Amino acid sequence: MSAYPESYWYTKEHEWVHVEGEIGTVGITFHAQDQLGDIVYVELPKAGVRLEQGKTLGSVESVKAVSDIYAPVSGEVIEVNETLAETPETLNQDPHGAGWLVRVRLSAAEELGQLLTAADYQSYLVEEP
Amino acid sequence: MAAASASKRTPLYSVHRLLGARMVDFGGWEMPVQYSGIIDEHHAVRRAVGLFDVSHMGEIEIRGPEAFQLTDFVSTNAVARLKIGQAQYSGLLHEHGGFVDDVLVHKVAEDHYFLCVNASNQEKDFEHIAGVNRWAATVEFASERYAQLAVQGPRALATLQKLTPVDLAAIRYYHFQDGEVAETPGRIARTGYTGEDGFEIYIPPEEAPRIWSEALGAGQEFGIKPCGLGARNTLRLEAKMALYGHEIHASITPWEADLAWIVKMEKGEFLGRPALAELAQRGVRRKLMGFEMRGRGIARDGYEVFLDGSPAGWVTSGGPSPTLNKNIGLCYLPVETAGIGRKIEILIRGQMVEAVTVATPFYRRAK
Repeated sequence: MSAYPESYWYTKEHEWVHVEGEIGTVGITFHAQDQLGDIVYVELPKAGVRLEQGKTLGSVESVKAVSDIYAPVSGEVIEVNETLAETPETLNQDPHGAGWLVRVRLSAAEELGQLLTAADYQSYLVEEP
Repeated sequence: MAAASASKRTPLYSVHRLLGARMVDFGGWEMPVQYSGIIDEHHAVRRAVGLFDVSHMGEIEIRGPEAFQLTDFVSTNAVARLKIGQAQYSGLLHEHGGFVDDVLVHKVAEDHYFLCVNASNQEKDFEHIAGVNRWAATVEFASERYAQLAVQGPRALATLQKLTPVDLAAIRYYHFQDGEVAETPGRIARTGYTGEDGFEIYIPPEEAPRIWSEALGAGQEFGIKPCGLGARNTLRLEAKMALYGHEIHASITPWEADLAWIVKMEKGEFLGRPALAELAQRGVRRKLMGFEMRGRGIARDGYEVFLDGSPAGWVTSGGPSPTLNKNIGLCYLPVETAGIGRKIEILIRGQMVEAVTVATPFYRRAK
């Protein structure tokens, strides 16, 4: 089992955000990629796009299904992980690290209060039917 | 992720859980969709050998002095061409010519036919066949008496041969032989749903866990992998084998599904024949075509297909092809436009993405 970094925030839709200053790095969780299986395609927004918390950010597709990714925080996309276009399997191999999706300039840092801590998220995973 | 709400389980359910399989609901059955990963399992079958639990599939036995008449009446292929020990891919049709199911008909004896049918259709198929039976034949719903394992891939023969005294090399493609598998009486058919060489074995359910683990042991030296329904689907799609509910269903006839080869109009009366004859005369409107994505994106079943900007058809199956490393799929298109090399567009989550029709099957194994 992969560890869920203590310093990240998590959503019930299985995204994470790691905030440093006003910049948040966004990804999907180990659990999300594990549930999806082999990821073969990732669709991400372009830099400059404004994300709204809880709204669709993009999608990931595994061999068997496509899933929406929801923005854990609002803000402007300042960087996109372009390497995922060629090597989407990075999302399976290192979902909390090299498999990050976008970096966002947070527009409403107070939103973080609505997210789950690593401990809360892991409890949620256990309770989830 | 939807939790599995299925009620039916195969005799191997707890084995799958122990192996760490991800379980999904498949037509009311709680089945393994993957163990190590769909792509990994897919490659194991193309390159070595994979083991599938397909015990959810249904079995129907037709017996009696007029078993032939009933079997031939309910199926589209020519049962008269079957020799004892031979199997045949066929269709069960409604009177209007649409599919009830696609099936494998095995001739066990002159007065005994054994049908392997789709899991989610088994009760319907049984009612369908029993309902038109006007011959000296009995129809038995026999699914509870069989577990089914599929051993598929270039090393399938070498794997299974370790478990049986039956000379497997002597069983030709689409033939079968009854014999012992791991000291248990079974039926060994050289059939499959992967586009590879391989066998499907029908065994007593209570012996299935032991035979499963013996098969895994026998294939270990070849790199055998337990395989789930995910790989089964990518494998069958590459081989362009139809999946009920996708390429074929009650509103699709064999003419449209590119399955005219399993319809033998000349054999005489059979269920659905008048409708098929009429349709053939009127002309078929749509045709199943293979395509490859040109633009970025994966077409999934149900997505709409456009020709020159107008809606023209729909995707029946689609996804990545691990063998070809392309995104492929099957779709229905108007017959007059259904040539190879035609540019089409597929509406993928709000965006038009370019694709091109291609010859099928997408993958054909070297003989």
